[in-house]
Amino acid sequence: MNVTRADIKSFDTVARNPGLDFDLDWVYSVAVNRSAVERRAKTLPGRRSVKKQWQAAWLLKAVRCIDLTTLSGDDTPGRVKRLCAKARSPVRADILSALGLADASFHTGAVCVYHNMIATAQEALAGTDIPIATVSTGFPAGQTPFELKIMEIERSVTAGAHEIDIVISRELALTGNWSALYEEVKAYRKACGNAHLKTILATGELMTLRNVARASIVCMMAGADFIKTSTGKEPVNATLPVALVMTRMIREYWDRTGYAIGFKPAGGISSARDVLQYQFLIREELGPRWLEPDLFRVGASSLLSDIERQLEHNVSGSYAAYHRLAMG
Amino acid sequence: MASMAYGPAPENRSAADAWLASHNNRFGHYIDGSWKAAKKGAYFESLFPATGEKLADIAQGQPDDVDAAVKAAKKAQPNWAELGGKGRARYLYALARLVQKHSRILAVLETLDNGKPIRESRDIDIPLVARHFYHHTGWAQLMEDEFPDMVPVGVIGQIVPWNFPLLMLAWKIAPALAAGNTVILKPAEYTSLTALKFCEICEEAGIPAGVVNVVTGDGSTGACLVQHPDVDKIAFTGSTEVGRQIREETAGSGKKLSLELGGKSPFIVFDDADLDSAVEGIVDAIWFNQGQVCCAGSRLLVQEGIADRFIRKLQLRMTNLRLGNPLDKCIDMGPIVDPVQLKKITAMVNEGVSDGATLWQAPIELPGDRFYPPSLLTDVSPASKVVQEEIFGPVLCAMTFRTPAEAVELANNSAYGLAASVWSESINLSLDIAPSLKVGVVWVNTTNQFDAAAGFGGCRESGFGREGGREGMFEYMKPRYETEMKPLAELKPNIAKPNLLQQGLDRTAKMYIGGKQTRPDGGASTAVYSSAGVLMGHVGEGNSKDIRNAVEAAYKASGWGKSDPHNRAQILYYIAENLSARASEFGERIKALTGVSTANARREVEISISRLFSYAAWADKYDGQVHSPPLRGVVLAMNEPVGIIGMACPETLPLLGLVSLVAPALATGNRVVVVPSQTFPLIATDFYQVLDTSDVPPGTINMVTGDRDQLMDVLASHDQVDSIWYFGSAQGSTRIERLSARTLKRTWVNQGLERNFSAQQQGEGREFLRFATDVKNIWIPYGE
Repeated sequence: MNVTRADIKSFDTVARNPGLDFDLDWVYSVAVNRSAVERRAKTLPGRRSVKKQWQAAWLLKAVRCIDLTTLSGDDTPGRVKRLCAKARSPVRADILSALGLADASFHTGAVCVYHNMIATAQEALAGTDIPIATVSTGFPAGQTPFELKIMEIERSVTAGAHEIDIVISRELALTGNWSALYEEVKAYRKACGNAHLKTILATGELMTLRNVARASIVCMMAGADFIKTSTGKEPVNATLPVALVMTRMIREYWDRTGYAIGFKPAGGISSARDVLQYQFLIREELGPRWLEPDLFRVGASSLLSDIERQLEHNVSGSYAAYHRLAMG
Repeated sequence: MASMAYGPAPENRSAADAWLASHNNRFGHYIDGSWKAAKKGAYFESLFPATGEKLADIAQGQPDDVDAAVKAAKKAQPNWAELGGKGRARYLYALARLVQKHSRILAVLETLDNGKPIRESRDIDIPLVARHFYHHTGWAQLMEDEFPDMVPVGVIGQIVPWNFPLLMLAWKIAPALAAGNTVILKPAEYTSLTALKFCEICEEAGIPAGVVNVVTGDGSTGACLVQHPDVDKIAFTGSTEVGRQIREETAGSGKKLSLELGGKSPFIVFDDADLDSAVEGIVDAIWFNQGQVCCAGSRLLVQEGIADRFIRKLQLRMTNLRLGNPLDKCIDMGPIVDPVQLKKITAMVNEGVSDGATLWQAPIELPGDRFYPPSLLTDVSPASKVVQEEIFGPVLCAMTFRTPAEAVELANNSAYGLAASVWSESINLSLDIAPSLKVGVVWVNTTNQFDAAAGFGGCRESGFGREGGREGMFEYMKPRYETEMKPLAELKPNIAKPNLLQQGLDRTAKMYIGGKQTRPDGGASTAVYSSAGVLMGHVGEGNSKDIRNAVEAAYKASGWGKSDPHNRAQILYYIAENLSARASEFGERIKALTGVSTANARREVEISISRLFSYAAWADKYDGQVHSPPLRGVVLAMNEPVGIIGMACPETLPLLGLVSLVAPALATGNRVVVVPSQTFPLIATDFYQVLDTSDVPPGTINMVTGDRDQLMDVLASHDQVDSIWYFGSAQGSTRIERLSARTLKRTWVNQGLERNFSAQQQGEGREFLRFATDVKNIWIPYGE
């Protein structure tokens, strides 16, 4: 056996994933044992715990990774402006200053809105470097004509979106048409140009962890910058077992190609406790480098206020009330 | 903020400290419902392994302490049994509830005393303790329905190790109490605290005085318990070395014995496995409880084609393990239990390295000198000492294999036989491998899973007996008729009467080995006379070489264990058929040799035929079970043949005694080496002619005639023999138990008592089938 000292590479900037040629052997060689994955996911929260100032540091990092999101039929410019204001100052100034971060430029990872709200967001975020993410390709179901999907991406990029969260055609995954999925995502990547591509697997509709693993590999091969769990609209959104499988696939891709792909769980992550569990998982499976906003995002709408409450408790020792924290 | 460090996350220990202080950090024994200070003022210290901080003084049990505890247990036992299962169930339920109510202090005490991470004591040990009492509440409740005609064994001495102090206590005490026994438990010297806290829980539950007694102390206290004449059973979990001593010391005492000993369990990874999950499995296999686990997956067998990649993944994972204060909620590994153990681990690893192994240790800064880093040894072979012997520390040995058959061969190439873990995404492959492994527990795509509903225990030098499940309950019960058995009367051999000559041609019976009639190796024969003194023929005087040949033949006949039960039934029916065809001849012969009446002789033949029919019937009906632990999956409790059984048949009932032992063994897939009745051997030698015409595969049944006890001594000392059944004298029983200690064979001896083989209840049925089989629990979680 050829034994070498395990090497954990560290890197500063993330080189963009150019994608690979389609490799069906790799897709089919993926093995995922559901019970074993669930055991790991179930025991992980009991294995890791952060308290006090360490916990505050983790939660502040989480805030910087939030894609602060509103994706509703009743979104209006007023609602989006309020969201952007929250993204610019996600944590109350006195709390930040008590944590020693008064002067730092501190904002969420991005805001995530529908295409029609890109212009509003641009205006509201002017003067910041907060990226605008938008959902695309017939979000959330993806059941629109392919040409329209490409056009949708192009329009959003032109409108100024920095990040495009696409949905994959679940049909292609569920029927095992992996080469077609590869071609689809590759086309999306091309349409994105310089905008970053986040591929939403809609894991709650792929149903099996094996499908999740295969879809993850195919999307990365096709040039995804991020792989993302859910739209937030499926019956089951991000779960720790799904996240474990996806992060392991990212590790595998990194190991084989040297390209670091980001991970974005989304949907149902609404408490500080929840997000810490994802952070533990990522730190354990991928290492601390993957906890930075260029490789980790969490799609959430109500998470931020719980983190903020937790941070206030951390600073003051008493539990906070929602009405004392600014709405997003 | 940039570092994203975990920081300290200590569990609060104040409640545990307050409890220790409430006892002035000094504990006596718990005997007959009250605390007794150490009589001679002898105390030893219990320490926190992470720092060496003294936690408490613990009493060193003396012979009179043990004696007082045994007396109390003996006095309390009849009333406890009298309560009935349903009465006892109430108490067990209270214990389960109270363990849950006190779960936090128990977890903290366990971590303080043993040094295991608080995550493990909090999330694994203590919940399993509660679960064990709940499960056995159920067995108590159902006892009379599920185990009719079984009675408690009596007073049980229980000795538990330091690696799972309270969990092992629960595994011992719960089934013992459920079945109506009373107990004296001796905790391990390093870790007495949770057992002492448990005594208070017993008081809260209202357990009557004397039912549960705890005597603390070192090995000498345990030895007193083992040797005490009023102890009816010893249940021991610990090292193989001590288990062997206990087997020797209890030989011939009539004490029931169950031993859970060491292991060197294989962890087999096939190339189609989920490798990332398998790596995580290894974390749970060998870095759980610092590797101080009897069933730790300490031998990694990985398929050659994926070995390099797998080892890289494993090393990367190892670097992420966190060592530290075990009370910290954010660590994976705590200190080694004691500097003595640490020294042992270090010495074994160093020796491995000087023997040529390559050592890789995760680059983790050790939090102190009481810790040992997670370690990986490669470039080792089955011949390496580190591969053969238990290290009992966080050290994994890795080897490769090429094919499934080679994986099985390597896995079974061990003196131990406790547990195994098999990783493959193929159901065909994993369900082919699991039954081929010579172990008591197999985990498929998982590892170190325990539950009260599934029996745990091993074979070979990992001991015998099961804990948990229906199979575990039998360790704490015995058939009611055993309480009424009388000592065997001595049987005098027939002697020649002068002037009576043999009638007909000379007949010289032979041995029956490997399906052939063979002459005795020693070239000597003994004359056999009828009860009237007529010379009936000669039988060979078997010697150790005949036994060697017979065992060799049995070893080669391994196909029998894998043959399908229908086929085995067919052959048993066929033997019955052929015996039936010669029934009158056998009847005459029995009458002539034993001097019984014609009616009794015929009856013996008829019962023998019926018994063969019964075991033919059983062959495809002694099914295993599917246990239901909390798991999405199944646990198959398979009844597997013990292997090669050496048997000494009873002297009387020469045909029925032989058939009663051989038939259940064959029905369940064992091969046997039989020493027939020494007094009436010609029945057995006639019987091999029946076998010859009944399609019995060569080597399945082997018979060696001659001096019973001499031949049985050879069998008991033969390492290839897996079990011994002995129905002879008290002295012979003692010798068999003592000689079996070396390789820790499972034995079934009569202690010189008379079993009535012609009675249905004593002569046939499930009891025989239980001794003919080992229960293997195969855990199969599923889910796509």
